[in-house]
Amino acid sequence: MIAELGHFSLILALCLAFILGVVPVIGSLRAIPGWIMLARPAAFGQVFFVALAYGCLTYTFISHDFSVAYVAQNSNTELPLLYRISGVWAAHEGSLLLWALILSCWTGLVARFSQTIPEPVIARVLGVMGLISIGFLLFLLLTSNPFERLIPAPAEGRDLNPLLQDPGLAIHPPMLYMGYVGFSVAFAFAIAALLEGRLDSAWARWSRPWTNIAWMFLTLGIALGSWWAYYELGWGGWWFWDPVENASFMPWLIGTALIHSLAATEKRGAFKTWTVLLAIFAFSLSLLGTFLVRSGVLTSVHAFATDPARGLFILVFLAIVIGGSLFLYALRAPHVRSTATFELISRESALLINNVLLVVTAATILLGTLYPLVIDALGLGKLSVGPPYFNALFIPLMAPLAVIVGLGMLLRWKKDDLSAIAARIRWLALISVAVGCLLPLLMPFYSWAAALGLTLALWTLAITGLAFFDRLGRKQPVWTRLLKLPGAFYGMTVAHLGIAVFIVGITLTSVYSVERDVRMTPGDKLDMAGYIFEFHGVSQTRGPNYDASQGHVTVSYQDRPVAELRPQKRIYRVRKMPMTEAAIEAGLFRDLFVAIGEPLGDSGAWSLRIYYKAFIRWIWLGAIFMALGGLLAAFDRRYQTLSNKQALTDV
Amino acid sequence: MRPIKKQRLLLIALMLAGIGGAAAFALKSFNENLMYFFSTTDVVSGKAPGDALIRIGGMVVNGSVERPGDSLLVRFKLTDFNRDVPVEYTGILPDLFREGQGIIAKGRLNGQGTFIAEEVLAKHDENYMPPEVAATLKPDTQNNAQ
Repeated sequence: MIAELGHFSLILALCLAFILGVVPVIGSLRAIPGWIMLARPAAFGQVFFVALAYGCLTYTFISHDFSVAYVAQNSNTELPLLYRISGVWAAHEGSLLLWALILSCWTGLVARFSQTIPEPVIARVLGVMGLISIGFLLFLLLTSNPFERLIPAPAEGRDLNPLLQDPGLAIHPPMLYMGYVGFSVAFAFAIAALLEGRLDSAWARWSRPWTNIAWMFLTLGIALGSWWAYYELGWGGWWFWDPVENASFMPWLIGTALIHSLAATEKRGAFKTWTVLLAIFAFSLSLLGTFLVRSGVLTSVHAFATDPARGLFILVFLAIVIGGSLFLYALRAPHVRSTATFELISRESALLINNVLLVVTAATILLGTLYPLVIDALGLGKLSVGPPYFNALFIPLMAPLAVIVGLGMLLRWKKDDLSAIAARIRWLALISVAVGCLLPLLMPFYSWAAALGLTLALWTLAITGLAFFDRLGRKQPVWTRLLKLPGAFYGMTVAHLGIAVFIVGITLTSVYSVERDVRMTPGDKLDMAGYIFEFHGVSQTRGPNYDASQGHVTVSYQDRPVAELRPQKRIYRVRKMPMTEAAIEAGLFRDLFVAIGEPLGDSGAWSLRIYYKAFIRWIWLGAIFMALGGLLAAFDRRYQTLSNKQALTDV
Repeated sequence: MRPIKKQRLLLIALMLAGIGGAAAFALKSFNENLMYFFSTTDVVSGKAPGDALIRIGGMVVNGSVERPGDSLLVRFKLTDFNRDVPVEYTGILPDLFREGQGIIAKGRLNGQGTFIAEEVLAKHDENYMPPEVAATLKPDTQNNAQ
C-alpha cells in the first residue's frame, strides 16, 4: 500500500513538473501574469510529492517490506537502521529518486528565496528546472521504478552491498548529488537569460550564491568519496583517476571556472557569453557524470546492473539537454556585445588564465575518460588510459594555476601596473622559494618535488595573506575592520588557503609515504619510518551481520607505544562477500595504516599491508577549507541588498 | 594598432601557445599511457606485444592458485576456456579474488610467455564479471550451447 502511494505521488510529481516546465515559461514569453504566478505553487507541489515518494521508499526499507523488489535486493532484517535509511540510495532506482528529490528541493529553494528577483525571470528559471525534472521523473517511472513489487515476497532480503555499509559512504552520494544537481540552478538561470535574450550581469549576480553552494557540496562530496576509498577499499590511496572519480571531478573543475567567471561577469560585465557556456557545461558534465556512473558503461564499484533501455534513455536525455542548450546559445550569443574592456595586466586576465587552465584540465580528463568508451563503442578494441597520463598532465597544468591564484587577488580590475605589483611581492616570492626549498631538509630525505610543492603552497599562503591585509586597511580599530569585510572576501581567502593546504597534502603524501606488503608471523616486527609495527596474530570475532578475522598489531615509536591496530577481514553473512576493513591511526602529520590480506601456510602467518602515509589528512583538510570558503561566499550580505536594489530599479 | 588591441592580441597569442603546448603534451602522454586489453587466447597466439604494459582478463582456473615459498609471490592461470596464460603476482590479492572468478590483471609478458602482473583487479560484487572478460567468453559459451 505504502509502495503504491509512493508510486502514485511520483506520477503526480511528474504532472506538476509538466505544468512547471511548460506553463510559466510560455506565460513569461507571452506576458500572461496568471501563468507566471503558477511557477512557485507548482514548484512547491513538486517538492511535496517527490518527498512523499521518497518517504514511502524509506518507510518500506525501515519496515523490511521485501515485497518491493528494490528493498528485497538491497536490504535485510539484520541490516542496522542507519544502513536501511542510506540503503534507499544504494542502487540505481533509489539513487535516481534521490536525484529527483534533490532537484525538486533546489527548485523549491529557488522558488522560496527569490522574492527579490522579477517574477518573469523566476518563472523561466523554475520552468527550466521543471523541464529537467520531467526528464528524470520520466526516466524513473518508465525504466527504473523503485516501487516495483516482487510477488511472492521473499522472506529475507539480499542485503546491502557490504562495501556501502559505512557511515562515510552513507552521506557521500547525497553530498555529491547536492553538488551535481545544484549546478542545475546556474544552468537554469543561464538558459532563462538566453531565452529572454538579455545577458546582463543581473543573472550572474542571482546565480552566484547558488553556484557557490552547489560547488561547496560537490567539493565535500568528492572529498568524502576520496576519504572513503582511502579507508574502505583497503588500497590506502586517495585518488585513482578511476573513470567514476573523473566523472565527478570534471564538473568540479568547470564549476570552479564558473564561480570565477561569474565574479568577472557580475563585477565587470566581462566574459558574458563565456560564463553562460560554462554554466551549460558544468551542468552537462554533471549529467554526463550521472550517466557514466549509473549506466554501467564503466567498470567500477559504482556501476550497477545494466539495462540497455536505461542507457538509451539517458543518452537521448543528454543529447536533448546539451544539444538544446547549445543550440539556444548559438542563436543568442552572437547578439551579445561585450562592453567591458580590460588590459593585459588586470584581474580579468588572471581570471581568464584561471579559466583556461581549468577548462583545459577538464578537457584532458574528458579525453582520457571517454576515449576508451568511444573506441569500444566503435568496435576498435578494448583499451584503458592509465593513471600516469592524468598525473603527467594534471601537475603541469595545476602548478601555473597555483602561481596565478595569488596574483589574481592582488591585481585590480580593468588595469594594473605590473612593476608596482612586482615591487610588492618580490620579497614574498623570494621568501616562499627559500623556505620552500629549505623545508624538505627537515624530512627523511630531500626531494625537489617536495620543494616545488611547498614553495607553491607557501606562495599561495603568503599572497593570500597579503591580499587579506591589503583589503583590511589601517584606518579603524582592527575588529571593526574585520567585521566590515564582506563574506565573499572571507570565502575567497579561506578557499585559497585551502588550496595551499591541499598542495602540501598531495605533495608530501606522494613523496614521503612508505608502503609495504609483507608476510608476518606472530611476533614479527617491521620498522617503517621509525615506527615499529609488531604483529600479534589473528583471532575470530563477530559483528551484527558479519564474521571477521581480526588482526592485532601494536605500533611503537622510540620505545613508546603509539597505537593498537585491529584490522579486519569481514565475511558478510548474507552475500558471503569478503571485505577488508583497514585499521588506521590518524594524525595531522601522518597516518599509520594496516590491513590484513590472507593467511599464508599453517604457521599463523598472514600477508599484511602496512602503510605510513605522510600528511594525507591535509588533502581532505584542504577540501574542507575550500568548501567552507564556498559557504562563506554564498552567504555574503551583499547579494541580498544588491538584488533588492535591482528589483527596485526594475520596477 | 591601438595598444589595447595589441595587448588583447598578445593575450590571445599567449593562450593559443599555451593550449597548443598543453595539447601536444597531452597527446604524447596519452599515446604513451594507452593500455590495450587482450584475451588469453590473444596472448598465447602472440597477438600481444612483448614489452608493453597491457591488461589481460579471464577466469582464474580452478586449482591453479599456488604460493611457492615464503614470499608474497602467487602463481595462477587465467583462461577464456580456450587457452590458458600463467600469471605471477607479488603482493596482496583483492578481496574478491578466488578461483573461478573473472579478473583483470595489468602488467607485462616476460620472455617465457608468463604474465608478470603489477596489479590484479576483481570487482566488488559476487556475480560480477568484467565486461571485457564477458565479451571474450561469450563466443565460447555460444559454441558450448550448440
